[in-house]
Amino acid sequence: MEENLLKTCLYDKHVALGALMSPFGGFIMPIQYTNITDEHNAVRKAAGMFDVSHMGEIFVSGPDAEKFVNHIFSNNISGIPEGKILYGMMLYPNGTVVDDLLVYKEFQSDHFLLVVNASNIAKDYEWICAQKEGYDVEVVNASDSWGEIALQGPLAEKFAVETLGLEPAAALGFYTYYEAEWKGERMVVSRTGYTGEDGFEIYCSHAAVNEIWDILLAAGVVPCGLGCRDTLRFEAGLPLYGHELSDEITPLEAGLGMFVKVKDKEEFIGRDAIAAQKEAGLSRKIVGIELQDKAIPRAGYPVEIEGQQVGVVTTGYRSISTDRSVCVAMVDKAYTELGTQVEIRIRKKVFPGIVCKKRFYETNYKK
Amino acid sequence: MAKTVEGLYYSESHEWVKVEGDVAVIGITDYAQHSMGDLSYVDMPEVDDELAAGDEFGAVESVKAASDLYSPVSGTVIEVNEELEDAPELLNEDAFANWIIKVKMTDQSELEGLMDAAAYEAMCAEA
Repeated sequence: MEENLLKTCLYDKHVALGALMSPFGGFIMPIQYTNITDEHNAVRKAAGMFDVSHMGEIFVSGPDAEKFVNHIFSNNISGIPEGKILYGMMLYPNGTVVDDLLVYKEFQSDHFLLVVNASNIAKDYEWICAQKEGYDVEVVNASDSWGEIALQGPLAEKFAVETLGLEPAAALGFYTYYEAEWKGERMVVSRTGYTGEDGFEIYCSHAAVNEIWDILLAAGVVPCGLGCRDTLRFEAGLPLYGHELSDEITPLEAGLGMFVKVKDKEEFIGRDAIAAQKEAGLSRKIVGIELQDKAIPRAGYPVEIEGQQVGVVTTGYRSISTDRSVCVAMVDKAYTELGTQVEIRIRKKVFPGIVCKKRFYETNYKK
Repeated sequence: MAKTVEGLYYSESHEWVKVEGDVAVIGITDYAQHSMGDLSYVDMPEVDDELAAGDEFGAVESVKAASDLYSPVSGTVIEVNEELEDAPELLNEDAFANWIIKVKMTDQSELEGLMDAAAYEAMCAEA
């Protein structure tokens, strides 16, 4: 329902910029300001900024915070230094995914920030609260009061330092953050992103997000919509919840086993199911597929071998950075070897494709 | 305001038809190319394919989405515009100067069910 859609604190600015607005994850969000290709290329070659204020911020604190986050999170946060960020998932007991998220170890003992997908905020918060019995923790969903801008691209550091005056950002390693201030208010600046390029994610108040947006826009940073956010993350091999991950897909099937610490951690929700799936072997897996033709594979199209369906496309595009028709697809294990010849049904025709790596673009992260 | 061309027939699904004898030259309208944005692929049928009016005969695709094409008339595909295979952006540059397929019509009375430029403009204005 159109009238039930939420607006981010930058909504008026998107409309004033003439953005094409569309529903996403319960919000009305900018898809593009000019066109997806130009915005995509701005992030690859210069710097772009995204309003990602729809993302959720959930704070977990208290004497049992580390133990509790480790209980609900697939990655291992034991003893990680303050300012470190880990990617991972919250799993259901059967090993499928509640959500994928970032966990920030705050500069205060027993404090963690969990950044979750917009479409899953309510579900995640409810899930987290339902698991906390027996743990001395406080869980706060602060999503409504935080805004977020993702500043991404090879020139992101230059704009962060020279335009926004965030000098310490230059020294940040990949997947770390520091506590900054914007006019006396708390601001979190992390070297993270969802594009395959270097860049920062800046979390702050709604007022600060509005100021920062205007300053970056005036400095020449290109406003970018969710359209190119998807083409960028896709090329970089990054999953999107609802496509490559879901409550019907396990991280092993998505090729994200490195973020599920079955060996290092004795206990977390979903561990036993993932351990059992490792033991038994997978029946299907997400792979990359490249078509020889220019036809574009899209989510939902069948993957076939000799007329029999053996999988389904989860995301596909004519890749902007590589000018190839490529997709990621969930395919029966028997057909997931690199080099396997498959076919993708696109409307009435089938097109030959070859199984390849699911990262189509060489990422440019700063170490 | 998207432009139209007088003397063509228009379908509700935003194709135009130019009649040359018993051949229907078919393309997409300026309104259609504009609402799709930059096109990156045009999926076209094979020559000799038989189409009934209303049949899907291909698609135009932008980065984000595919939009099906429907034949406004029945007949046999006699030619496809191969230039569009390598240059789909021609449709963005001038949707009326760049046709997609030519169909040898079997029932010219089907043209009567299509719109003229004024009626099509009125339909777009309501959307």
